[in-house]
Amino acid sequence: MNIVTRAVKALKRPARDIVAEHGLSPEEYRRLVDALGREPSLTELGIFSVMWSEHCSYKSSRMWLKKLPTTGPQVIQGPGENAGVVDLGDGQAAVFKMESHNHPSYIEPYQGAATGVGGIMRDVFTMGARPIANMNALRFGAPDHPKTKHLVAGVVSGIGDYGNCMGVPTVGGETNFDPGFNDNILVNAMTVGLVDAKRIFKSAAKGVGLPVVYVGSKTGRDGIHGATMASAEFDEASEEKRPTVQVGDPFTEKLLLEACLELMAGDTIVAIQDMGAAGLTSSSVEMADKGGVGIELELARVPTREESMTAYEMMLSESQERMLMVLKPGVELVAERVFKKWGLDFAVIGYTTDTGRLVVRHAGAIEADIPLAALAQAAPVYERPFTQKKPPAAIDPHDVPAPNSILGALEAMLGSPHLSSRRWIFEQYDHMVMTDTVQRPGGDAAVVRVHGTQKGLAISCDVTPRYCAADPREGAKQVVAECWRNLTAVGADPLAITDCMNFGNPERPEIMGEFVGAVEGMAEACTALAFPVVSGNVSLYNETNGVAIPPTPAIGGVGLIPDIAQMGTIALKREGDFLLLLGAEHGHLGQSLYQQIVLDRSDGAPPAVDLDAERRTGDLVRALIREGAVSAVHDVSDGGLLVTIAEMALAGGKGVTLEAAPDHLPAHALWFGEDQARYVIAASPDKADAIHKAAALAEVPIRLLGRVGGEAIALQGEAPLPLGTLRTVHEDWLPRFMAHG
Amino acid sequence: MKASVIVFPGSNCDRDAAVALEAATGRTPAMVWHGDDELPNSDLIVLPGGFSYGDYLRSGAMAAHSPVMREVVKRARGGTPVLGICNGFQVLTEARLLPGVLMRNATLKFICKDVHLKVERRDSIYTHRYAQGEVVRFPIAHKDGGYFADEDTLDRLEGEGRIAFRYCDETGAVTADANPNGSSRNIAGIYNETGTVLGLMPHPERLADPALSGTDGAKMFASLVESLP
Amino acid sequence: MKARITITLKQGVLDPQGKAIQGALHALGFGTVGNVRQGKYIEVEVAESDPAKAREAVERMCEQLLANTIIENYAYELEAA
Repeated sequence: MNIVTRAVKALKRPARDIVAEHGLSPEEYRRLVDALGREPSLTELGIFSVMWSEHCSYKSSRMWLKKLPTTGPQVIQGPGENAGVVDLGDGQAAVFKMESHNHPSYIEPYQGAATGVGGIMRDVFTMGARPIANMNALRFGAPDHPKTKHLVAGVVSGIGDYGNCMGVPTVGGETNFDPGFNDNILVNAMTVGLVDAKRIFKSAAKGVGLPVVYVGSKTGRDGIHGATMASAEFDEASEEKRPTVQVGDPFTEKLLLEACLELMAGDTIVAIQDMGAAGLTSSSVEMADKGGVGIELELARVPTREESMTAYEMMLSESQERMLMVLKPGVELVAERVFKKWGLDFAVIGYTTDTGRLVVRHAGAIEADIPLAALAQAAPVYERPFTQKKPPAAIDPHDVPAPNSILGALEAMLGSPHLSSRRWIFEQYDHMVMTDTVQRPGGDAAVVRVHGTQKGLAISCDVTPRYCAADPREGAKQVVAECWRNLTAVGADPLAITDCMNFGNPERPEIMGEFVGAVEGMAEACTALAFPVVSGNVSLYNETNGVAIPPTPAIGGVGLIPDIAQMGTIALKREGDFLLLLGAEHGHLGQSLYQQIVLDRSDGAPPAVDLDAERRTGDLVRALIREGAVSAVHDVSDGGLLVTIAEMALAGGKGVTLEAAPDHLPAHALWFGEDQARYVIAASPDKADAIHKAAALAEVPIRLLGRVGGEAIALQGEAPLPLGTLRTVHEDWLPRFMAHG
Repeated sequence: MKASVIVFPGSNCDRDAAVALEAATGRTPAMVWHGDDELPNSDLIVLPGGFSYGDYLRSGAMAAHSPVMREVVKRARGGTPVLGICNGFQVLTEARLLPGVLMRNATLKFICKDVHLKVERRDSIYTHRYAQGEVVRFPIAHKDGGYFADEDTLDRLEGEGRIAFRYCDETGAVTADANPNGSSRNIAGIYNETGTVLGLMPHPERLADPALSGTDGAKMFASLVESLP
Repeated sequence: MKARITITLKQGVLDPQGKAIQGALHALGFGTVGNVRQGKYIEVEVAESDPAKAREAVERMCEQLLANTIIENYAYELEAA
């Protein structure tokens, strides 16, 4: 007699729509029944639906993500844990990850963004690391789209309020506006934490008969089916999904952070994981599965804030600010004391077992009894069909109309939504708390000092979606190259990246083709630059009514500066300094912002990425920074050379006098082309010789651009553009847009 | 100088304050949990910045009623110097150790940036390392920094020389443009009657380290080290 | 008993949030909207069946914590739970 089978109230062949509502296809449902050996109960159906959702199982992306390089001498922990870990030397390590909260942020921007930040911070401190910096990459629709202003206000304020209350500085990020994100905004949040390399906490619950402990906020009905929402597209009915958005409480999370770190200083924890998407279900399943054990839960012990919650609701709730721990035997009271001190709920809700099954009891009944292998490892893996379009042809710069005036075009570009100052945003984030922010927002990368040392952590988030839309593979190579350059430009050794792969519906072959291309491009660049992926997230189904976002494989990179006294900064500092360009120029205007802003065109191939040139040029720049040979450094990216120079001039409040561009290419192609693998450096004239020699040795092209001086951008043949005018134009767009829409 | 830093649930600039104090005094300050009703002998008590109780209800309101605050108030009334930074200033006003209230910023948004302050008095234990009327640069980071008190109270504060710092531009001009949060009369910080309790919204502990682009804040801690035993 | 407490800003205290709300209402087409002042609403369950004692407790709560009497007024209603 099989007591277990009788105890679970199996559904009688659930109606098609119950299965569909749970986001499972008929084939997936058949697979579920096979794995379980019978029809599921409602709670079991709920559990399978979240564990097999795209968000939790990565079923469309897993086989491709395996192509990404994830190892290296600096990698302590690659993908597979709550976050990735890299070695910083001297017994310290950096823990970091980036996560998306796209769908919830479109529906309720303030809470969606806030809980996104909360979730990613928990992923980092669950590993024992105190978060030391936050960053975010935001993509909004066109400025004139009716929802954009409201979304920007909500998202920025949600990120700010949560991060500020936690006392973790938000030190930088990216914000883009593009019609492609009109109905699907992207909110990707990244956290970096610091940990003692010998005290990293993981999630594998090894050991039988160990207490399973719930800590944090009480469980309510928030976010039930959040994981399935993230795995589905929007349509007109999406507005009604509003109740499923979770509400964050950063005060409780701050208490949770301090309580966890306090407990982690002792020796009581075997395994710990935060409850994120799919809450209690995903954390208990993943911890037990990794530990090779079974797990039994008694839901009557779960602290709840609502009356009469069902087993289904408790297993699927996405209430925030909760963690699940597996402790050593006998230490429950010690642990409880810590959480009580911080005013948090603490409850032993179950034990690990040797059955390899998840058993969930509630009010005397067994509501679920599932072999763990069925949930995690037997989750479907899809090899979805894909098509890849031929990338557009490169544009001949001679075919691109010149502007009326180069400086006029520069003004238009710096005053556009694409390049204007983001001060309105970053002044809402406390970017100085913890008193270790050595480079504030506005530079190539943020730099945070490793507390108590002279080392610095450089952090940068990057992606250029328009490049990826034109050519996903080359665009993805560019993502990695640009991030690597940004870290190099502040003088860091790039260590590793975390990724946030934002795409449309993978069941459409052309979208799947974008994903495959992007992964292949990233893999090639990460390998060539020894810049592995240590953690990441995939967000699919970012489309509405069949219109997908541009492919947006965002990445967050971390690098190490051995001594912050030798750091690169973008501000021009000294009158009389030479301005030099390192790197080859081909006047590449395809997919450039010049085309987009000045000519309203978006054709052509994106700039090609020469990974060998990236490596040689970057290594040269890093060496020059460490020798103290340069007074300013800025990598060339969006907008091209003249925009790069203007940003350096504005940052330092010093003008430049520029030599005429060489005439082998149209002037606007040289000033606004977005060729990769280039940096602008400033150096005192007495260093010029040595720099030229070093460039020649590294086989890096070098050209004198002009000199630092005056209070304008002075170009031959045009009236100089006063810095004051340019500054006003640069600072004006975003605050005016947010005030008036 | 023996310093104590009070830690409320949600305080998050406590470590920052401790680092600045240790750099100035050479001693690690005592970190005192809000739940303790005992407070070690202290030459200086610091209420740090942060979001005590999440800023829920009103910033500083619940922290002002913490068990440890009974003792802090007693010591303050007995002459022990108390420095309240940002959330700490809010706690001091809620605890009625300082008059007035900190309200939502006029812009309704959180603001994090450097501002210029005019040192209104250089004869307090906190400021004698500054020059009279010196213009200094400190960072602010707050959403509820608008100092408000009724006209009579403001006149009294002015008359008694209890305005400690005012927001100004880089030339020292006290203008509306230089006021980041709508504080009455550009007030950034005030003293109690005896000049021993100081509350200010800007963060001196964030500019006390040359690696962080400025050291104007360090002078405040240096002043304290010289003034106190 | 259950107390329904309303906390409002005193007359004359600047209310920038109220002003912003007024602007937003105007922008939505509610041109006839005049002054807007915003406040807080707090519900407190008190395990006290004697209304006089409950009233006294609520008033003390308001005076000590729920309202900042420098700038806020409070008003309340008591009802049986």
